Amino acid sequence: MSIDWTSFTPMTALLGGGLIGLAAGLFFLLHGQIMGASGILGRFLAASYDRQERSGWDWRLVFLLGVMAGPLAYMGLMGGLPQAQFIVSDGRLIAAGLIVGLGTSIGSGCTSGHGICGLARLSPRSFTAVLTFMATGFITTFILNHM
Amino acid sequence: MRYLGIFVCGLIFGLGLAVSGMLNPSKVSAFLDLAGAWDPSLAFVMGGGLAVNALFFHLLKRPSPYLAESFSLPTLTRLDRPLLIGAALFGIGWALGGLCPGPAIASLAYGSSEAMFFFIAMASGLLIGSKIKQWF
Repeated sequence: MSIDWTSFTPMTALLGGGLIGLAAGLFFLLHGQIMGASGILGRFLAASYDRQERSGWDWRLVFLLGVMAGPLAYMGLMGGLPQAQFIVSDGRLIAAGLIVGLGTSIGSGCTSGHGICGLARLSPRSFTAVLTFMATGFITTFILNHM
Repeated sequence: MRYLGIFVCGLIFGLGLAVSGMLNPSKVSAFLDLAGAWDPSLAFVMGGGLAVNALFFHLLKRPSPYLAESFSLPTLTRLDRPLLIGAALFGIGWALGGLCPGPAIASLAYGSSEAMFFFIAMASGLLIGSKIKQWF
């Protein structure tokens, strides 16, 4: 293992992470629920075609619009959007998106719900989920880059 | 008031994702590449987020939330097959594309075709997954 010191950004990582934690903490204090991106988006999408699932689609939409406004707020403060470099083909990106959607709905959460929120409240399911997705993330990357 | 509070939470979340570097798939890939030129930054994102959220969660206990009737937390504690299979799949997809759900939503602000493709595929996966979850 060798650390890439030129790309390492511990201060902005901590600051950004702190803001994510602040958002999750405030969300819990105000709204009383887990701030999980995949769950909020998934339930919003389900509500858009299933009338039985309508309750709560309004606040979920408001939250999603807030998340999308986040990078624009960054642009207002910093004068430009943060760098976003996609390094893979569109085909692989679509496969990746599909697998992320399937995985987070079947596994009931993602990096925010299981990672930031579940670990903070010491949920054994979230600990298991985080260890699992980190492991398959590391292994998949190893196979893609080194085999 | 309730909408405003929720919007601000989403905004801070999206801003934090932007500041942290999580919106950059190549940075996420560099974090997951332990055997390559490793960029440990995202561990600091997770650490910072976890620390701040845990403070809120454990120190600011209240009988009920400010803008909702009651707290509603997951009650399931059992480790089951959907959890393991779903999390394993998620890690694979995350490594393949370099985006997880929060950043995929925030990335729509870029209006790029890549962000759009990933989001639409992820949304389809979320809908399909919720329908086939009981198979696992």
